[in-house]
Formats: sequence, C-alpha cells, structure tokens
Amino acid sequence: MSESRNISLPVLGQVSRRTALKGLGATLGLAAFAKAMAPLTEWAADLSLDEFLQKHYTELGPDELKRVLARLEQETRQQYGADVTITDHRPEPGVQFGYALNLTVCIGCRRCAEACHIENNHDRATNNSYIRVLEMNKGSLDLDHANPHYDHAVPHPDKFYMPVQCHQCDNPPCVHVCPVEATWKESDGIVVVDYNWCIGCRYCEAACPYHARRFNWTKPQIPANEINPDQSYLSNRIRPQGVVEKCTYCLHRVREGRLPACLEACPTGARVFGNMLDPDSEIRWVLDNKRVFVLKEDLGTQPRFFYFFS
Amino acid sequence: MLMSLAVAGCDAEPEPEAGPARQPTSAPPADPWLHPVLVNQPAGPPRIETGRVDAHGHEVTVSCATCHDVLEPNPAVSRGQQLTEFHLDLEMAHGELTCVSCHNPGNYDQLRLADGRSLEFVNVMELCGQCHGSQRRDFEQGAHGGMTGYWDRTRGPRQRHSCIDCHEPHAPAFPQMKPVFPPRDGLPPGTQPQP
Repeated sequence: MSESRNISLPVLGQVSRRTALKGLGATLGLAAFAKAMAPLTEWAADLSLDEFLQKHYTELGPDELKRVLARLEQETRQQYGADVTITDHRPEPGVQFGYALNLTVCIGCRRCAEACHIENNHDRATNNSYIRVLEMNKGSLDLDHANPHYDHAVPHPDKFYMPVQCHQCDNPPCVHVCPVEATWKESDGIVVVDYNWCIGCRYCEAACPYHARRFNWTKPQIPANEINPDQSYLSNRIRPQGVVEKCTYCLHRVREGRLPACLEACPTGARVFGNMLDPDSEIRWVLDNKRVFVLKEDLGTQPRFFYFFS
Repeated sequence: MLMSLAVAGCDAEPEPEAGPARQPTSAPPADPWLHPVLVNQPAGPPRIETGRVDAHGHEVTVSCATCHDVLEPNPAVSRGQQLTEFHLDLEMAHGELTCVSCHNPGNYDQLRLADGRSLEFVNVMELCGQCHGSQRRDFEQGAHGGMTGYWDRTRGPRQRHSCIDCHEPHAPAFPQMKPVFPPRDGLPPGTQPQP
C-alpha cells in the first residue's frame, strides 16, 4: 500500500514516476470532464426540473398533461409576454384527413405560406413557414429546377407553381428514422412531433423526401401582439430552440372541425381539405373524379397530400 | 359596386323576388343537423357613381335604369371605348361578349340568361355557370373557389366565395399579383440563395 501514501500529496522528489503520471492523468481527466459538462450548466439555466423530467407525450396521464400545459402557458407568458391557451387536441375516430391541391389554379402568391407563418407562430426573422412554393417550368415536374425563392409578379406565363408541405405520409420515413420516437403518426393520419421529447438530431429532416421539416436553429422571436394565442401541444405552440417542427394540417384547427389556415388564405381556391372517410366530402369528390397524383410516388411514402390539374 | 357583397344562406328557401334561377349550392338538400354553406352574393343591382357628393358627404350613385330607361340599347357595343359617355374606362376582356350578352337590354337593373330569361344580380353565378360548366361543377363539389369556416359541417358553418369575388366579370382572368415574402430557410440575411 505504498501508493496510497503517495497519492495524498504529489510533491516533486518524494513521489515515484508512476504516481506522478497517475496524478497528471486524474487532473486532465477531471478538467476534461468539467469542460464537457460546462454546456450543461448553461443549458440548465433555462430548463426547469419539471421539463427535464417530463415524460413522453403518449405516456402522460391526464393530471400530468394538465400540469405540463399549465407550465408551457406560464413559460410563454414569461418569455414572450403573451397570454396563450395551449390545448391538447386528440384525434377523433372515423376521421382520416386528406388534402388536395389544384395546380391549374395555383398562382404562386404564397398567401398560404404567409397564413402558415402567422397561424403557427413561426420565427419572424426567418420568414419560416411549413409551406414552400416551388416555381416550376411548364410541362415538367423536374424538382431539380424548381425555384422556391422567386420574387416577381405571379403567375409568370412560362411557369406553374407547386406548394409543398408535409404530406402526412402513411409510410413516413421521418418517423422511421427518429431514434427517440419523438415523432409519430396519429390515428387520423397526422404526423406529429413532441417538441419536448425531440433531441434535435435532424435525422427526420434528412429523411423527408419533401423537405417538409424545419429545424429551430434559434429561439423563435415573435412580438407578443403577433402571437396566435389559440395553441395546441402537438401543433402551433411556440417551439423551443433546437427541435424539429412540421406541418400538422393545423391540427389545432382541423380537430375542432375547422379548415386549415393555408386553405382559408388561398385566394384562388386551389386547396381542398376534408375527411377521406366521408363519401360526401369535397376531398373524396376530388379523389374520385380528378386525376390526382402524389409527389415522388416511387418512394413508397404513400402521401395524404394530392395534386391535380383541373 | 359589383364587388360589394352580401351573404345569404343558400340552404334557405328561394326568396320570392328572386328570379327563376336558384343560387348554386355545394350543399346537399338541407340537412337539419348540418350547418349551412353560405355563398356570397352581390347586394343587388350595381350603382353607378356620378362623381358628386351630397350635403352629407356621401357619394351620389344612380341605378342603371336612371339612364338606360330612356336610351335605346345598342347590341353592337362590346367595350367602353366605343361609348361617348359613362363606362368609358371599363376594361372589357371577356372573350367576344358584348354588353347585352349578360346585361338585360329590357331592364339594365337585371341580367339576362342566354335563353332570354331575366336574372336578378344576386343570382349572378347562374349566369356565369351557363358557359363555365366545368368550373360550376367543381364549385358545386367544393373543388373551386375556396372557402372559410368548417370542413365538418356538423360543428360549424362554411362561407364560400361567389364567382365575382375573385373574377371581375368584365375581365375575368385572375390578375397577376406580387407574392408575399420568400422563405429564408433559417439562414441569416445575405447568405440566402438568390432568386
């Protein structure tokens, strides 16, 4: 046990080389550990213990969920100065949502993207929106030459316009790749994200062939008077920094029977939404009577978002 | 103006003063458990601005009949520039139509269908639907013209545009417009892809 005597105080001249090296290794190890843990101390500053210990959305009991919603409302009040109501909208039996878009009448005005920006409490500085309107050459569906950044009077006579948002795939690659099951498909067909469970690895963003997911690089900045107070846990509540978000067909609206914000904003009536299980619904009429197609059908994603020409 | 619109229930019984034509509707025959689909309608016959203001500061407008009752209809006129007074700046870009293709030369406060029947202005969609059958069909099925409100009519009503909400009847092609902001994809200003 001669070593235990030396560990207590490694003074030069009294210790063996072995002990000195051990001391050096321990010191470096401690320093590296402290450095590695340093972000955690900063991170914990705006992370409450409740949030750290919060369970996955699907495992929350009614009382736990109530507390979580109350905490999120309070955090929104503290951080953004806005009084909001965060509700938990659940899917309803007998409802399967479908969406169709008429490419003949879409003029590419981006009113849908603007409505999404406002409705879903997107970061103001980035113009973020779940909808990306692609300007395409007439007679072609070549996405490599699609331009989402056009800024001229629309519609251009040589172009057509194809808004792309989450297709709520029945075989969603984004869900399959999530390593922590923070995103899943609900029984009414909507693919959702638990923003408090997401670890921000962005696998889903890479997996989505429609470029439909967005990552919150920064904490979203929205003036208090512009915040939409009608919010839902899985939908348009203000997302934290470092998590992925996506279109939910305005889950907080459609699960109340209302139409999505992008549809109401469309000045040309290009958008058709409804319950695909209702044989009298508008969406069913379009699916039954128009030549609809889905984007990148060959990938087998089985989207619930359909395009058609009228 | 034509664009000043009133809202009327299309599920309601036809009003007695309405012409023989029914308002087009996307709703199935009134289901008592469903909320109505309300289709926008013009308030009535258009009023022509005289450019004068009354003692209260209100625009003085006159009905079509004020002038047209004493004027002989000229079926050859097809655009504003052919006139010597009134409607001179009316842009007309609607195929080969002339004024009396749609306006009733016997009563300019009404419209006239292709078969000669008179039609009140509130039922203008009946007139448009004579030629634009595919659009009329799509509208009736909810696939043309847009809407606001509820997809689920067991929970709330729905409001729909009429033809002339979006299409100026004299030049109905949808106009070009400036798009709203382009996306910045979360990138800082100056580093975005160029249009």
